[in-house]
Amino acid sequence: MRIALAATCIADAMFPQAPKAVVTLLERLGHEVVFPAAQACCGQMHVNTGYLAEAVPVVRNHVRTFAPVADGEWDAVVVPSGSCTGSIRHQQKMVLERAGLSSEARTATAVSARTYELSELLVDVLGVTDVGAWFPHRVTYHPTCHSLRMLGVGDKPERLLRAVEGLELLPLEQAEGCCGFGGTFSLKNADTSAAMLDDKVADVVGTGAEVLTAGDWSCLMHIGGGLSRGGTGVRPMHLAEILASTREAPVHPGDRQEVAR
Amino acid sequence: MSTFLGMPATRAGRGPSPDAAPGTLGGVGRPEDPLHWGATFPHAAKAALANEQLRRNLGNATSTIRSKRARVVGEVPDWEALRDAGSAIKTDVMARLPELLEALERNVTARGGVVHWARDAAEANRIVAGIVREKQADEVVKVKSMATQEIGLNEALAEEGIAAVETDLAELIVQLADDMPSHILVPAIHRNRTEIRDIFLERMADAPPDLTDVPHELAMAARAHLRRKFLSAKVAISGANFAVADSGTLAVVESEGNGRMCLTLPETLITVMGIEKLVPTYRDLEVFLQLLPRSSTGERMNPYTSLWTGVTPGDGPQEFHLVLLDNGRTKVLADEAGRSALHCIRCSACLNVCPVYERVGGHAYGSVYPGPIGAILTPQLTGEKSDLPYASTLCGACYQVCPVKIDIPSILVELRAREVELAGSSPDAADRVWKAAMKAASYAMADGARFRRAARLPRALRAISRHGVIRRLPFPGSLWTRSRDLMEPPRQTFRDWWAEREDDR
Ligand code: SF4
Repeated sequence: MRIALAATCIADAMFPQAPKAVVTLLERLGHEVVFPAAQACCGQMHVNTGYLAEAVPVVRNHVRTFAPVADGEWDAVVVPSGSCTGSIRHQQKMVLERAGLSSEARTATAVSARTYELSELLVDVLGVTDVGAWFPHRVTYHPTCHSLRMLGVGDKPERLLRAVEGLELLPLEQAEGCCGFGGTFSLKNADTSAAMLDDKVADVVGTGAEVLTAGDWSCLMHIGGGLSRGGTGVRPMHLAEILASTREAPVHPGDRQEVAR
Repeated sequence: MSTFLGMPATRAGRGPSPDAAPGTLGGVGRPEDPLHWGATFPHAAKAALANEQLRRNLGNATSTIRSKRARVVGEVPDWEALRDAGSAIKTDVMARLPELLEALERNVTARGGVVHWARDAAEANRIVAGIVREKQADEVVKVKSMATQEIGLNEALAEEGIAAVETDLAELIVQLADDMPSHILVPAIHRNRTEIRDIFLERMADAPPDLTDVPHELAMAARAHLRRKFLSAKVAISGANFAVADSGTLAVVESEGNGRMCLTLPETLITVMGIEKLVPTYRDLEVFLQLLPRSSTGERMNPYTSLWTGVTPGDGPQEFHLVLLDNGRTKVLADEAGRSALHCIRCSACLNVCPVYERVGGHAYGSVYPGPIGAILTPQLTGEKSDLPYASTLCGACYQVCPVKIDIPSILVELRAREVELAGSSPDAADRVWKAAMKAASYAMADGARFRRAARLPRALRAISRHGVIRRLPFPGSLWTRSRDLMEPPRQTFRDWWAEREDDR
């Protein structure tokens, strides 16, 4: 398959190890990955903060950039983020319609119909759960709110993780509870956000895992920041980074050197 | 005693609770406007978070009821179909509300009731006070009701020299403590049983002096106190869970039976009902009487469901008044994006699953409607600028449990957009800073080439990072680094890496 990668703005700028892992993983599975350079952001931050007018140019850029998938130039768009996929699927059309851009809203719908979060792409579209990964570490998985409730990815990420050789998956208490990030919520309601984070960090530490994984670097940035502040030693890693790891090219927990060079 | 949902005992021994402010027993007092009081949400939340006892009370109570709800909802094979039906019935009601309200008025009148229309809180309070005065009563008993909380009826009656006695146990606790409800269903959820014992001892003249904090004893003390009131009251005031348009039937759903006492013993019954509480036909109750108890108390069926239609000679109240309350509801109805907030059946499931509510409690919302439903309903009812639409991470837990499928996260986003519009002309510095930041981000994020440059900017922060993290940033970054580290930005962005890789190929 020819798969276009929507890297997400936050991973592009802050956590490039996730989209790089997506490239490694999909190429290993025999697919071709393209990165349309015109992409920037899906518009989620603007929409969720209520800046719908300011979201319009951002959303239009995303839709224009990925429109070729609707014409079959690429087979799918993959996004290593549940919340960005959710925004693409459930918000972009609304933003464009409100701005009176009805034909672009139709394009947005067509693009979103072929846009998948990573675990959806792997399990539903490519039909694989065992991606041939090797990651000999204790891992716990946080099902981020938008993956879980907006997209309904269900247990796909866990099925992928269970198929990873050497990986020990540890159950997380209150797994479905929000970590308190909520984008600008973490700034506008910093105290409440911190209280939620404390509880999530305690539950993660309680698992005894070395690695916390999730399908979204925004939530991982939040929980990871709490894990680091608490001196817990638990490392945040995106699902893609674990799935990209093999015996031949192992990825070590929290090893960003390879990325950061 | 379903009101004692997991309330923990914390202190043994006697004497007033050490936390109780003198005279108020820790109550927040009764505000001027029940839909808008107290500090801003972030400030009130901060204060609430500092109260460890409150957090424990709330955490225990909400997790108990969450798991009860999940268990009984899980038993119903057609739960999703029921939710769809509930949502469809409410959508239909909103689409023909005027017609259905007139049908209700006709049918209530035909069965001997009197229907009053109230545009706002003041008008509703005037109507109720007028009826009570006419009956020459100076004390009325009340069934737990959100509508009368919303209009501040008790305070309005007090000004007329009429004492309104709350008979729902939790509502009584709130009233005695000069407090405000902090939950739709369990208004005293923020209290533990030691505090309740203290409140009874201090404020309930007929409480036994050797009262302990054993739930059964507390309930028996309240029972003895309320019995006397039921037997002497000439007038009762209630809300309504449902009103059936085509029969004129009113319904109240409860757990304790105290509501039933009020609805049957006094000679005169006055019901104050928000105009959105309608269902078209009797049969529609079938759907809601399944959805409501499972969603609210986590019971398969609630112990008491009282239904009455007008007046029945020789049986129950011989005079029935129905006050139909607007108080901002037609304004909400007129708004396509927000109107489904009126579908709410006040089950409180969204409060119990909300991670924000669970931590800060109901008072932080500064409205009788707290939690997720409060965050979408309160600003719409008042039409004022509000920080409640931001009091959510948009985690979606509320939408998932709502028995009538109100898409609360999407409405929150709509309301945020409205806040941004309202802030457009605001002189507030924070509003302007946010706007400027969002505008700049919009410019940088609407074009790949511009974003390529913008994405490299965080790299500068590497200068202040230690061991891969940044522990302190100046404001507004400090809002983040106060509680969490920021991971060090990479040397190379993803797209620069990609471009390099393409060049190498
Ligand atoms: S919004 Fe839904 S879940 Fe919340 S109280 Fe109303 S009906 Fe219940």
